[in-house]
Amino acid sequence: MKTPFGSEVLDAACRLLVPFIMLFAIYVLVHGHDSPGGGFQAGTILAAVVILIRMVHGEEASWGLHRTAALGLACGGLVIYAGIGFLALLFNGNYLDYGVLPLPLEAAEVRAMGTLGIETGVTMGVTGVMVLIFDALTTGEPKEEEDVE
Amino acid sequence: MRQLAWLTCLLALLILFYVGDDLPAVGDPTSPASTHVSPYYIEHSHHETGAVNFVTAVLADYRGYDTLGETTVIFTAGLACLLILGVQIGRSISGGRE
Amino acid sequence: MWSDVLGHLNYWLAALLLLIGLHGMLLRNNLIKKLMAMNVLQVAVIMFFISLAVKRGATAPIEVHGVTAVAAYINPLPHALMLTAIVVGVSTTGVALALLVRIYRHYGTLEESELLERMAE
Repeated sequence: MKTPFGSEVLDAACRLLVPFIMLFAIYVLVHGHDSPGGGFQAGTILAAVVILIRMVHGEEASWGLHRTAALGLACGGLVIYAGIGFLALLFNGNYLDYGVLPLPLEAAEVRAMGTLGIETGVTMGVTGVMVLIFDALTTGEPKEEEDVE
Repeated sequence: MRQLAWLTCLLALLILFYVGDDLPAVGDPTSPASTHVSPYYIEHSHHETGAVNFVTAVLADYRGYDTLGETTVIFTAGLACLLILGVQIGRSISGGRE
Repeated sequence: MWSDVLGHLNYWLAALLLLIGLHGMLLRNNLIKKLMAMNVLQVAVIMFFISLAVKRGATAPIEVHGVTAVAAYINPLPHALMLTAIVVGVSTTGVALALLVRIYRHYGTLEESELLERMAE
């Protein structure tokens, strides 16, 4: 959004709410094993935090996720997911076979750790992409470059 | 053209309501959807994957490859949005070194 | 006959929602309304699939300590498949909105009849 909403009430509410929403997103991610939740849900909640900051403070928000960082986050999430699958290949298993990863835990807990790893990758990817789509849809027209004579 | 559209909607209505009778009743525990693979997932999820939530176990462990494809889909959609709208990210290449 | 209709009530309502979405996509002139009708159609398909997973007297698919009967939990497989479908729906809506923004910037309108006139020039 180019023009921020920017009143003092909105600014105070935003500063109060943002830490709790981020904490709830991490809670939903980590408890995906034991209660409803998982990677996609946590990714959209984190993206909602960034969009809230962007709506209240405008495009030149001094804190928040800027475009390069969002693109890096999206790519990094997908690399983590595919990377864990590839890591299972290096230890003589199938692709995405978490049981063969050499962690000092029981068999079922090794698979749970592998699932947590890929859910983290999914969260990072979804957050980055949601912020990028919001950013792309709300910037104005790109300014035309003038020809240098 | 609008008549053809109304005719298509009417045809879809008739087909859906004719076929709907043959579906299993809602809530039937012996319907074909609940009796082939899903009893295996319900019985063995906690023991094999350590996950109490069956949906996460199916999505991230038994069918993890489909979730990789889905993450690729949303990543591609984000890239397509950026390319369609011509968004500049980072320093432009034609800016030159300073 | 009434028990037959009530036993399949979820399917009739999902079919009704699907027809509302289909009608909106075919018969509305504004492009944004067509896009919203496509979203309604996707929600109808998701609701239909999820209502295939219900079992009478069963609880949510999270294991309660000590209860291991298969008939005590609903079918988790359609829920996992529909998570993918929701994400695909979001992706399609995002790309469609980007295309609509480009169309508006170039032609200045989002009504289908005016758009066809301006494209023919």
